[in-house]
Amino acid sequence: MIPAAFDFKRAGSSDEAIALLGEYGDEAKLLAGGHSLLPMMKLRLAVPTVLVDIGRVEDLSYINDGGDHISIGALTRHRALETSDLLAADCPILSHVASKVGDPQVRHRGTLGGSLAHSDPASDLPAAVLALGGTLVAQGPNGSREIAASDFFTGYFESALTDDEMLTEVRVPKASGGWNYQKFNRRAQDWAIVGVAAVQVNGGTNVSLVNMGSTPLRAGSVEAALAGGSSAADAADAAAEGTEPPTDLNASPEYREHLARVLTRRALEAAGIS
Amino acid sequence: MRPTMRGDTVEISVTVNGTAESNDVEPRTLLVYYLRDQLGLTGTNVGCDTSSCGACTIHVNGESVKSCTMLAVQADGEDITTIEGLAPSDDELHPMQDSFREHHGLQCGYCTPGMVMAAVSLLEENASPTEAEVREGLEGNLCRCTGYHNIVKAVLAASGQSVD
Repeated sequence: MIPAAFDFKRAGSSDEAIALLGEYGDEAKLLAGGHSLLPMMKLRLAVPTVLVDIGRVEDLSYINDGGDHISIGALTRHRALETSDLLAADCPILSHVASKVGDPQVRHRGTLGGSLAHSDPASDLPAAVLALGGTLVAQGPNGSREIAASDFFTGYFESALTDDEMLTEVRVPKASGGWNYQKFNRRAQDWAIVGVAAVQVNGGTNVSLVNMGSTPLRAGSVEAALAGGSSAADAADAAAEGTEPPTDLNASPEYREHLARVLTRRALEAAGIS
Repeated sequence: MRPTMRGDTVEISVTVNGTAESNDVEPRTLLVYYLRDQLGLTGTNVGCDTSSCGACTIHVNGESVKSCTMLAVQADGEDITTIEGLAPSDDELHPMQDSFREHHGLQCGYCTPGMVMAAVSLLEENASPTEAEVREGLEGNLCRCTGYHNIVKAVLAASGQSVD
């Protein structure tokens, strides 16, 4: 399977990448690790006419201690997240979730920014960044702006990024309290049929859901129930409220709703919330 | 001068199995086809062509990568190793290849180049893995003969651990 023909441009810096995006508009796509985009191009589900390769923009691969938060460059690979001592100590849910993406070969190439910008509702990393209440930094022709993770995923494979913006950094709060990620699938390396992330952060408990709608979601009803004093088991009963889970080969919407409730209870209990 | 057409070729320079190579490639050329068709290195197999099976696993700067999911242009300037470049000489196998032979870690052999490359990368990152870590570490490689048991044995033995 060969992608449709495209022109190849290599950007040496984020400024250069944004200038190229400005020049080619919505015909262009950014290429980072390529592990979300290239499979779609091979299937001709994505047919960009220009690829802007940002894989060599070296100053966007880092994991830095920002005091109360951790700043991560958008081109940081999953493998680097998985093996980061800083994340292991101060934000273990993110390194754990990174270790659940695909397989080792995929994690050697895939990038955090690429995974988030791809906005696949079944991906793992958006769950962690959403549950953590992270902030995404987008650079455009007029400078940078911050986007809350909860505002970033706007639709099925759609994000709040405009055609001439590029994701440059992801900031997550330190969260060394209880956490858990439940990824339910039938085979190794598959996407989650349903995934649930739970993490204690800033004095509360946040819960996010994967593959329960057209975007990754925060489980607002569960969070509200917990904040109101409900037990984990009672709060988990609300996990499917307000969701519109998809149907596919693996699961019906009803089965996904059931999974969301069960996995949410397991995630909360494993995170030490009772 | 002809008009510029979409997908004009790009020159890349890569080191493949220690040899410097320089070629013009179409931007949409996948790395695995560059290796197989342009360089004639057909030891790397194409299996599923959807980044699931791992038959096309090679090393990019020492790390396992599925070469069906990388463009040749992305390999520009990088150091590539394929199964052909693993053995130290024509007369000697790499210890992982030797271990696969010793423990009968292959049946039909189609997945073997990718399995061996993935296994070498796994031991680079974890020199003495448990059996469970080997099984998880090879999750990106499928063997449709389902000969996993001896593959896992071969990898454990190659790491210097005793196996039954």
